[in-house]
Amino acid sequence: MTHSHVTTTINGDTVDYLCDAEETLLDVLRDRLGMTGAKEGCGTGDCGACTVEMDGRIVCSCLVLGAEADGRSIRTIEGMAKGEELHPLQRHFLEGAALQCGICTPGILVAARALLEKNPNPSETEIRYWLAGNLCRCTGYDKIIRAVQNAAAEMRGESNAA
Amino acid sequence: MPLDHNPDKKDFKVVGHVKTRPDGVDKVTGRAKFGADMFAPGMLHAKILRSPHAHARIKSIDTSKAEALPGVKAVVTAADFPDNPDLLANEELVNIRYNVMARGKVLYDGHAVAAVAAVNPRVARQALKLIEVDYEVLPHVVDVELAMAPGAPILHEDLRTNGEGDEPTNVARTIEIGHGDIDAGFKEADFIVERTFTAGAAHQGYIEPHACLANVSGDGSGEIWCCTQGHFMVRDFCAQICGMEVSKLRVTASEIGGGFGGKTTIFIEPVALALSRKTGRPVKLVMTRDEVFRATGPTASSSTHIKMGCTKDGVITAAYAELHYQGGAFPGAPSDMGAMTAFACYQPKAVKALGWDVVTNRPKQAAYRAPGAPMAAFAVESVVSELAAKIGMDPIDFRLKNAATSGSRSSYGPTYSDIGLVETLEAAKAHPNYSIPLGPNQGRGVASGFWFNFGGQTAVSLNVNIDGSVALSVGTPDIGGSRASMCAMAAEELGIPYENVQTIIADTGSLGYNDVTDGSRVTFASGLATIEAARNAKKVLCARAAKIWGIPEDAVKWEDGCAIPAGPNAGEFPPLSIKELAAQAGETGGPIAGHYEISADGAGPSFATHIVDAEVDRETGRITILRYLIVQDAGKAVSPTYVEGQMQGGAVQGIGWALNEEYIYNDKGLLENPGFLDYRIPVASDLPMIDTQIVEVPNPGHPYGVRGVGETSIVPPLGAVANAVAAATGTRPQELPVSPPRLLKLMKDQPLAAE
Amino acid sequence: MAKVVLWGSLSRLADGRKEFDIDAPDIGRMLAALGSEAPKLKPILDKGVTVSIDGTLYRLDRFKTIDPDSEVFILPKMAGG
Repeated sequence: MTHSHVTTTINGDTVDYLCDAEETLLDVLRDRLGMTGAKEGCGTGDCGACTVEMDGRIVCSCLVLGAEADGRSIRTIEGMAKGEELHPLQRHFLEGAALQCGICTPGILVAARALLEKNPNPSETEIRYWLAGNLCRCTGYDKIIRAVQNAAAEMRGESNAA
Repeated sequence: MPLDHNPDKKDFKVVGHVKTRPDGVDKVTGRAKFGADMFAPGMLHAKILRSPHAHARIKSIDTSKAEALPGVKAVVTAADFPDNPDLLANEELVNIRYNVMARGKVLYDGHAVAAVAAVNPRVARQALKLIEVDYEVLPHVVDVELAMAPGAPILHEDLRTNGEGDEPTNVARTIEIGHGDIDAGFKEADFIVERTFTAGAAHQGYIEPHACLANVSGDGSGEIWCCTQGHFMVRDFCAQICGMEVSKLRVTASEIGGGFGGKTTIFIEPVALALSRKTGRPVKLVMTRDEVFRATGPTASSSTHIKMGCTKDGVITAAYAELHYQGGAFPGAPSDMGAMTAFACYQPKAVKALGWDVVTNRPKQAAYRAPGAPMAAFAVESVVSELAAKIGMDPIDFRLKNAATSGSRSSYGPTYSDIGLVETLEAAKAHPNYSIPLGPNQGRGVASGFWFNFGGQTAVSLNVNIDGSVALSVGTPDIGGSRASMCAMAAEELGIPYENVQTIIADTGSLGYNDVTDGSRVTFASGLATIEAARNAKKVLCARAAKIWGIPEDAVKWEDGCAIPAGPNAGEFPPLSIKELAAQAGETGGPIAGHYEISADGAGPSFATHIVDAEVDRETGRITILRYLIVQDAGKAVSPTYVEGQMQGGAVQGIGWALNEEYIYNDKGLLENPGFLDYRIPVASDLPMIDTQIVEVPNPGHPYGVRGVGETSIVPPLGAVANAVAAATGTRPQELPVSPPRLLKLMKDQPLAAE
Repeated sequence: MAKVVLWGSLSRLADGRKEFDIDAPDIGRMLAALGSEAPKLKPILDKGVTVSIDGTLYRLDRFKTIDPDSEVFILPKMAGG
């Protein structure tokens, strides 16, 4: 099978790879680049565990071909913390017990960051609908929603952030 | 092991105040390694060919074309899992092997038939298409009542009910539980309600598909990396199925992306092991979501007949249940657990519960959070609320009047020790949610629930490092934050900061045997073993201090992370901290450690009461959960936010089961909805915040009073939601899930009747 | 002499007897005595049962002591999720 040569940007770094025509971006990230933060929960775009950002939009990387990433800018969970310093969302997820098994967490964090960059003060309903494509089976979502609210409050500079 | 002090008076320094978890940072940064996140040099990829029929005889399998495809390294079928004496002596394991790879007949849509290992997943997928299987399609049955009927297609010619009789049957087991004179009980009743309920098969729905990486070396020893609730179980089952010596197989549990009972058995691990043995290379095998739905365990589906009677002043006089559970292609549907738990919240004078364990052409059921209990509780709690309404009593008061209490006889026989059902009912009644006024088309439902909780075989090892920090090894995979609780209990005992303890899940070569993480057992049993291991380490630490000071060991005691003289007569010595003792361990007798092994029992049952407010859209049949309250007895909450998380997660799984989730089969016996689009688990926008209140009635069987909390929370929601819908519509849902089409039909067939 | 009570359908294999008075110091010896009093029970007992002593469930420990006035129930083998 002929391979495509792809040049893309991942978390700010230029990355080159070869991939088959049928390989998804998720396959490339995980199997070729060793970036296993994005997870495959379904392979059909139903669970959101593979969520990454492509040119500022959140996508299910299992529904994007590896070849389609050429010339784009991809952001994944691996680029969310700055060294040892966690993103406020990551910190509030930890402190608020917003994860149990943690398999859905990378996808939810990537999606939630995209929301807060677009809308720094989302309502509970807006958060719930934004994250409706990210399945979590452990938590019942309560602590996830609260963690996003608390991170948003902190990022807005409100002092009463829990 | 008894409660060693009154937790109300004990000043816990770490337990009860846990904030973050040791595995947390890796999980929010994407670093944590789950089942599919492991790679090995030279690794092959495996895929499994699955039956397209619900029931068929395998006349022949021709793998030659697949084997000839470039890039294919090996193909395995049932022939690669030959009989061996250890295996044949274990009926359950023989069935597991049959479930792992079909032999003779396929028993359900999705049953594994063959597997391929190839250089990449695409070649493996291509190879599957080249395997030729000649099937003789047989009549099938997927419904529990049809499977029990005379003339039903028979799955196993050699199956006899309870091993008795001459006729082949699909009824594997029957059970009866109860006491008292049931007929007399119904004669005493002023009101009797009798109804039949059904609940669909719900899948555990963990987001992480089963995944493993097996690597067998030329000397016959092997390793498996996999996501499982019990890696010792994986080791023992795989070794016996593949004819290996147990000590030659080492299994490491990856981080696990949800299990809920569904990862307490094996599906793909022996297949990867056999392929690796055949090829001499590491083999990775990851299920697709379609395979997870078609070939791993959903729960049993059920048809339950309930009859209960009460006096006009609200005393339940008799309780009767018939529970028909289908558990898929092999025996094991938890109808016995259903029969024992059905009436466990109450103390009827006369109780009788009959259970049937039935096989059908569906995937073998696997445990799912309080296996067998939620569907029984759905039926019973529906009838309990209906009885309360009949006599005009508040549903919580009615439950309080009949509630099981400490010292009362349980419906399954034994007398309860300290239990907390009454406390959950009282707290629920006093909660503000219970008095919020409701609008039109809204209804409030109440239900209680019970689960036994278990202990089991447990081994832990605790090592004091040279700097006084502590390394704790446990053998129970962490499915909900248990490492944090273990760190907390070890730190509490040793009197050191939480951060100074690191807990790992040790592989099967590094620690004694541990049962699977199930039965809400980990915080209880591994916690108990951790406490005892820490106490053993403290004895060693005190002995070292005694040597250093030249005084008897019993003249030294441990306090706040230091050895100190036990009393004024012991002499005057400045405290020796764990750090100081650790630093000189080599010169005072060697490494300092504590370990503990136990078959833990006395887990202490857990009760919960849930209140749900729901609104019904009469045009579309959609049900919206407006608010939800969980009150549950945790004994002692070691990590309160994680306890809340267990309660919320279980309740939402129950809401999904009540409203949407079920296996849907077509007339060919094929699963119609093997994906998250059509098998719809709750999403964030379906739900409100889930309110929680933890009640603490200490478990007399644990040093700190801990009870398991993981399972009870899924028991009440089915009944609670059904009761809310009944209150909102005036018609009682008897079939779950009460999906929009079902609710529309229900409201059309049974116009409003006040309840 | 502890009173040992069988779960409902188990008594079928004990000719309808639901209760036995058994003098045994621990679970293992109690089950052995029960098996010899009602031999048809033995295969079930050998496959594994849960024993409740004064309300506490024991799935494994054969050496758990039974006091003469203990309440003992034989229940099916149990597992969780």
